[in-house]
Amino acid sequence: MTNFMSRNDLLLLVGFTAVVLTMPIWLTPFGAGYPDLLQRFMIFGIFAVGFNILFGLTGYLSFGHAAFFGVGSYAAVWSFKLLTLDAIPAMIFAVLISGLFALIIGFLSLRRSGIYFSILTLAFAQMSYNLAYSVLTPITNGETGLQLTLSDPRVLDAAIGQSFVGQPVPTLLGQQLGGYAGFYFCAGFLILSFFFAQRVAGSPFGMMLKSIKSNQTRMQFTGFNTRPYALSAFVISGMYAGLAGALLAVTDPLAGAERMQWTASGEVVLMTILGGVGTLVGPVIGAWIIKYFENILSALNDNILTQFWSFLPEGFAEIVVKVTSKFVGDGWHLTLGLVFVIIVIFLPGGIMEGVRRIAAVARRSGPPGAKSHQHQPAE
Amino acid sequence: MKLLKSGMSRRRVLQTGMAGIIGSGVAPMMFTKGAWAQEFCNNPTGDTVTLGLNLPLTGAYAEEGADEQKAYELAIAHLNGEGDGGLINVLTPSALKGNGILGKKVGFVTSDSQTKSDVARAGATRMIERDGAIMITGGSSSGEAIAVQGLCQEMGVIFMAGLTHSNDTTGKDKRRYGFRHFFNAYQSGTALGPVLSEAYGTDRRAYHLTADYTWGWTQEESIKNTTEGLGWDTVEAVRTPLGAGDFSQFLTPVLNSGADVLILNHYGNDMVNSLTQAVQFGMRDRQANGKDFQIVVPLFSELMAKGAGENIKGIYGTSNWHWNLQDPGSIAFTKSFGAAYGSPPSQAAHTCYVQTLLYADAVERAGTFYPPEVIKALEGHEFDGMGNGRTLYRAEDHQCMKSVLVVQGNDAPTSEYDVLNVVQEVQRDTVDYDASIFGGELGPAEPAPVCA
Repeated sequence: MTNFMSRNDLLLLVGFTAVVLTMPIWLTPFGAGYPDLLQRFMIFGIFAVGFNILFGLTGYLSFGHAAFFGVGSYAAVWSFKLLTLDAIPAMIFAVLISGLFALIIGFLSLRRSGIYFSILTLAFAQMSYNLAYSVLTPITNGETGLQLTLSDPRVLDAAIGQSFVGQPVPTLLGQQLGGYAGFYFCAGFLILSFFFAQRVAGSPFGMMLKSIKSNQTRMQFTGFNTRPYALSAFVISGMYAGLAGALLAVTDPLAGAERMQWTASGEVVLMTILGGVGTLVGPVIGAWIIKYFENILSALNDNILTQFWSFLPEGFAEIVVKVTSKFVGDGWHLTLGLVFVIIVIFLPGGIMEGVRRIAAVARRSGPPGAKSHQHQPAE
Repeated sequence: MKLLKSGMSRRRVLQTGMAGIIGSGVAPMMFTKGAWAQEFCNNPTGDTVTLGLNLPLTGAYAEEGADEQKAYELAIAHLNGEGDGGLINVLTPSALKGNGILGKKVGFVTSDSQTKSDVARAGATRMIERDGAIMITGGSSSGEAIAVQGLCQEMGVIFMAGLTHSNDTTGKDKRRYGFRHFFNAYQSGTALGPVLSEAYGTDRRAYHLTADYTWGWTQEESIKNTTEGLGWDTVEAVRTPLGAGDFSQFLTPVLNSGADVLILNHYGNDMVNSLTQAVQFGMRDRQANGKDFQIVVPLFSELMAKGAGENIKGIYGTSNWHWNLQDPGSIAFTKSFGAAYGSPPSQAAHTCYVQTLLYADAVERAGTFYPPEVIKALEGHEFDGMGNGRTLYRAEDHQCMKSVLVVQGNDAPTSEYDVLNVVQEVQRDTVDYDASIFGGELGPAEPAPVCA
């Protein structure tokens, strides 16, 4: 098994696992060490890793990935409502349905490439969103969102005579998945997803995807039919999105139509570009940064800012509070936009390019050896 | 500290989980009921207690959200014994002492729900898990209220709904941990019916434009039932997306539909936009079927009336409360709100303020923050002095039963706030209804779920 994984890949996986599992510890000083946000970090990390298989490896920019995410959520919630509160069937169900959905949309959209492909996926996603929002309301419950109720049939649970007291919540073999249990559950899936993406990237199949990205026409001239490869990548990344959507429904059993909107599709593109397209770790870091901004910056208000800047002389502090308050609270998008612009201008390869540059500088200036492989470029 | 706490709870959850698996997969709750008797989500141990305010500060109902925040800050100041005490002085019976809740100083955290169910739920989760909120309150949309109410039931945290008018909140989707002071669409229909038949007759053809989510659906249904009971026809009911902004594509078909009444089941900015556009389309100057064309807005608020300006004059609707009422409670609230913020409070502000006080009062009467005891204190509680006459928190569905106002846009406003006239105060007995007609199930209060 020595060829199973290269030493670097193994190190990366182990390091990634360690970072993820210790998140509740090292994120607490940043105000983010609470289960709900940690779960979101994991879930959107999975979403971004999956998106990167399509966008980063194959070079197809999909603007409609939120549709698969939403379909995964709805499928999972329906499984909780109709079959059982156990998470496993719901997730299998969600991944299958979103895979099927991706197969159909991918089959149609992949007839075109470049900007036309992006527009097609965007159109399909908007169609799905509008269906969920106002046409298929018996299935999706529209704006209100699909929720679990006591009166749901839950055929399998009823068959083994299991009844539930209180508000139904998803379980895993009888254990509830709220709070930190939910976080570790999602973290397990993120690590598995990361491992799988690593294997895909390193496999002959991954090589095919990369060559589609670099020059699809040349591939075709050499006798390869590229469509099945691109379609497989599309379906795989759709299934990743479905998995993420299902996990969001497992940790918080409500499926709303907003998570299928084009802004949600755009968000995952931002995550990937911010972190670094084509790298393995980059999209995950991008997802974490965006979710952190969304949840932490948006919760800051003038009172907190006044406390924070209170060390400044009076009068001046007020001005600073006034200026900074535009960038937090409702204005967190402004901060995100600025960060995004700065990254794209100065680090076109995303945050991972920054890491690589720092590593290169460190290698040149610092003593060779111990320091050098600590900052291996994570590709 | 935090780490230790989480580590222990993880181990405990694991242990009970294993016990659950061994015990033939039965939910592990029965093993733990006795052991956790007084342990509950966010049990306040210090000398402060935190309330979680979930407010739509952006989106279609943002203006209501801003007014709600003012009301909450005022209520919390009054609970802590600051300011003039507001409605604490007129609430009867009252256990409030003006020294916080059970002697603990009241603090709060806020979250912007963006008028979206998903976001509202994420915000509430953050306030419960990270900020340790003992109670969640707020919201301007029934979609939010229902989503957050389900979450609170799951977490074992009491939810005091803000502005939510859907029948489902205390009907199909009612929850043991959720309470609503605001009235609902069914009561709007009952109150509005007689006024409409007197003003517009019994031979009318109505066209509905409805906000496409739970509140719009139930209000459309209730108003339709009422007007059809009067003998009106319903030409068509069209659903419009929440926060649409431009309603012209929905208004054009109204003109040629043969309808002579337009019923706008819209709220907040949506209603301001759709009404303004309807007036711009010349609907109020039209004749249809030989009658003057009329517009009805079943749920009204002062903020909307102010936003719609001239267009609101003469239009009928219902309200939960109005600042111009002359009972001691309304006078006291309008006075202290006006003194603090320089404008009279909206009905959203009123219901949020009252909800905060009612929660605090229930905790004082229960003598504990333990949610099941607080729930017992609220269920079937009858009180007076809050501006709506004698009010009952009905035990069967957690709906407050009180009088409802039928209002009309003021033709000759004397100030920018004097935009609505109270036409009629419909008594509690008239708008009473059987709690079981909407179905739904409250679920149990105990065992109280313990959040992570």
